[in-house]
Amino acid sequence: MKPSKLALPALFALAVFMVALPFGLKLHQQDFMISLLVWILVVSSYRLMALTGEYSLVHVVLMGAGAYGSALLAKLAGFSVWLAMPCGALVAAGLAAALSFPLFRMSGFYFLIGSFAAGEAIRLSWTYFTVPFGGPKGIKLIPSPELTLPGVGPIAFYEPIPYYYLTLIIVSISLYILYRLENSRIGLTMNAIHWRAPLAESVGVDTWRYRALAFVIASFFAGLAGALFCHYYGTANPSQFDVAAMVYVLIWVIVGGVSRFSGPIVGVVVLSVLNELFREAEQWRPLIYGCILIAAMFYLPDGLIGLPGRIRGWLDARRGAGAMVPGDGSEKPADFASSKQR
Amino acid sequence: MDIILQTCVNALVASAFFALMAVGLVLIFGVMGIINFAHGELYMVGAYLVWYFYASQGWPFLAAVLAAFLIVTVIGLLMERTLFRPMRDNPLGGLINSIGLLFILQVLAVQVGGVGLMKNVPPAYRGSLDLLPGVSIGNQRLVALVIAAALLVCIWYFLTRTKVGWALRAVAQDRDAAALQGINIDRISMLAMGLGAGMAGVAGALIAPLTRVEPYMGHGVIITAFIVTIVGGIGSLSGAVLAAVLYAFFHTFVTTYWNGTVATMMGLLIMLVVLIVKPTGIMGTRVSE
Repeated sequence: MKPSKLALPALFALAVFMVALPFGLKLHQQDFMISLLVWILVVSSYRLMALTGEYSLVHVVLMGAGAYGSALLAKLAGFSVWLAMPCGALVAAGLAAALSFPLFRMSGFYFLIGSFAAGEAIRLSWTYFTVPFGGPKGIKLIPSPELTLPGVGPIAFYEPIPYYYLTLIIVSISLYILYRLENSRIGLTMNAIHWRAPLAESVGVDTWRYRALAFVIASFFAGLAGALFCHYYGTANPSQFDVAAMVYVLIWVIVGGVSRFSGPIVGVVVLSVLNELFREAEQWRPLIYGCILIAAMFYLPDGLIGLPGRIRGWLDARRGAGAMVPGDGSEKPADFASSKQR
Repeated sequence: MDIILQTCVNALVASAFFALMAVGLVLIFGVMGIINFAHGELYMVGAYLVWYFYASQGWPFLAAVLAAFLIVTVIGLLMERTLFRPMRDNPLGGLINSIGLLFILQVLAVQVGGVGLMKNVPPAYRGSLDLLPGVSIGNQRLVALVIAAALLVCIWYFLTRTKVGWALRAVAQDRDAAALQGINIDRISMLAMGLGAGMAGVAGALIAPLTRVEPYMGHGVIITAFIVTIVGGIGSLSGAVLAAVLYAFFHTFVTTYWNGTVATMMGLLIMLVVLIVKPTGIMGTRVSE
C-alpha cells in the first residue's frame, strides 16, 4: 500500500470525528456505534484469515467462544473483567489452534463445510450443556469492567459513552496490529499462499503453519470482539453466534471487498448504517441483504471499494479514452472473480 | 423390543427424506460444482405450497404435492439460469448467490405466512397401519415413504438407464470432455438443478403435515443434508443414499434414547471425522476441487 500525502490528515480527521461522535447521538445510536465497532473488529480479523485464501464459517462461533470464555471467567472464576477479556480472546485463539489440526487438512469447499460443522458442533454444545454455558438462554448478568481513576472517581462503563471510548481504543489498537501484520513479511507470505500455494511451498514456505497462524490470530481478535460485546450487553447466548450472524459477516466482507484492508470495514459500515436508517423495515432486512449480496456478486466483484475505480473506468470509456482502467489500481486481482491456483 | 422396531420404522421414513434432500444436493454439486445453501429453503417452499394448496385452498393432498414439485422445480430452473450459470467458473460465487437467495426466500415466507406464525397442516390420511403388535406406521408417513421411495427409484432409473441420465453423469464426471462429446452443458445443468430442487420441494411437501411449517424449517434440514452428503462422498449418488439410511438410523436412535441436540452434534463430529480421514466419503472415489 502506498502511503499518500493525504492519508495522515485524513486519519487524524477520522479520529477526531470518532471521538466527537457519541455526543451528537441518541442513546440507541450510541449502542449501535459500540456494536458497529465490535463488528468492524470481527470483519477485519476475518480478512486476515481470508488473506490465505480460505473462507471459514467458524469465525463468529469463535467470537462467541471469546464472549463465553470472558463471561465465565469474570462470573464464575471471579477474574477482573480487564483480565477476563484478553483471557477470553486467548480461549478463542486456543480453540482455533486445536481446530487448525483437523481443519487445515482440507481446503476450499471441504474447509468451508468442515469449519461449518465444527462451528455448529461447538455452538450446539453451548445449547446442550446447561452447566456452565447456561443452555439456550446463555449467560446473563455479565459484569461490566470497573475502573477508578484517581481524582475522577469510578468510571461508569455500563453507560454507553465510556464503553464506546473503551471499545474505540481497543478496536483501534487491534486494527493497527492487524494492519501492520498484513503488511509485514508474514502477511505477504499469507498472500503468496493464497495466490500461488505450490510456488510458495517450493521456496520453503510451510503453508500449513501460515494458514494456521492466520486462523489463530484472526480468532484471537474475533474472541476479543466477542468479549467486548458481552461485557457491554451483559448476555451471551448461542443464538447470537449462529449461522445467520456468520453469513452477515460474510456479506459485509464480500460486499465491502476483500482485496484491501479497508474493504470489509467499508462493507460493515455502509450496510449497518443503511440498516440503521431503515429501522422500520427490520423484517425485510434479510431480503434486502440477500439482494445486495447477489447484486454485488454480479456487478461489484471487487466490492464497494472497487466502485471508485469502476466509475472512473466508465467515465474514461465514455470520454472515448478507450484505454482499459485496471480496477482501482490495486495490483491484486479481484478475489471472487478469478479462479484460484492451488 | 417393540420400541426398537418402532424406532426402526421411524428411521426408515426419515431415511427417505434425508435421501431425497441429499441426492438433490449431490446432483447439483456433481454437475455444477456448486453447494446449494438454499436447498433447505426449497424444502421450506415445498412445505408452504402444500400448506397453501392443500390446507388453505382445499386441493387434494396429492395434487398439492404435485403442484409443489412443479413450482419448486421451476424455481430451481430459474436459479440455474439467473444465479448459477453466470457463476460457472466461480463456484464460491454460486454458493454466495445461493446464500443471498436463502435470505430472500425466508423473508418471502414470513411475508406470505405471517410473522412468527407456524402453519399447521392437518394430516390427509388419518389412522395407522399395524405392522406388528405394538409397531405401527401412520398412514400419512406411509404415503410419504412410498412417494419418496418411488421418486428415488425413478431418479435412479433415469440416471442409469436413459441416455439423458448418462449425459448428466458424464457432465458430473468431466464437464469439458462431456462438452466435447456434444452434450449441452447448459441443458444438463438446468436438468440437474430442476431435479434437485424438485426433490427438495417434494420432501418439504410430504413432510408438511408431519411437522410445523415455519420460515426457518430449512435450517436443520440443510445441516442434515450436508452431513449425509459429506459422509456419503460429495460426488456419489449411491453414497448419498447409503449415508442417508445410516445417518437416519443413527439420528433417530440417538434422538429416541438420548437427545436430539446430542444426535446432531455427534452427526457433525462424524462428518468432521469423515472429512479428515476420508474426504471422498464412504462411497466416493473422486476428489473434485
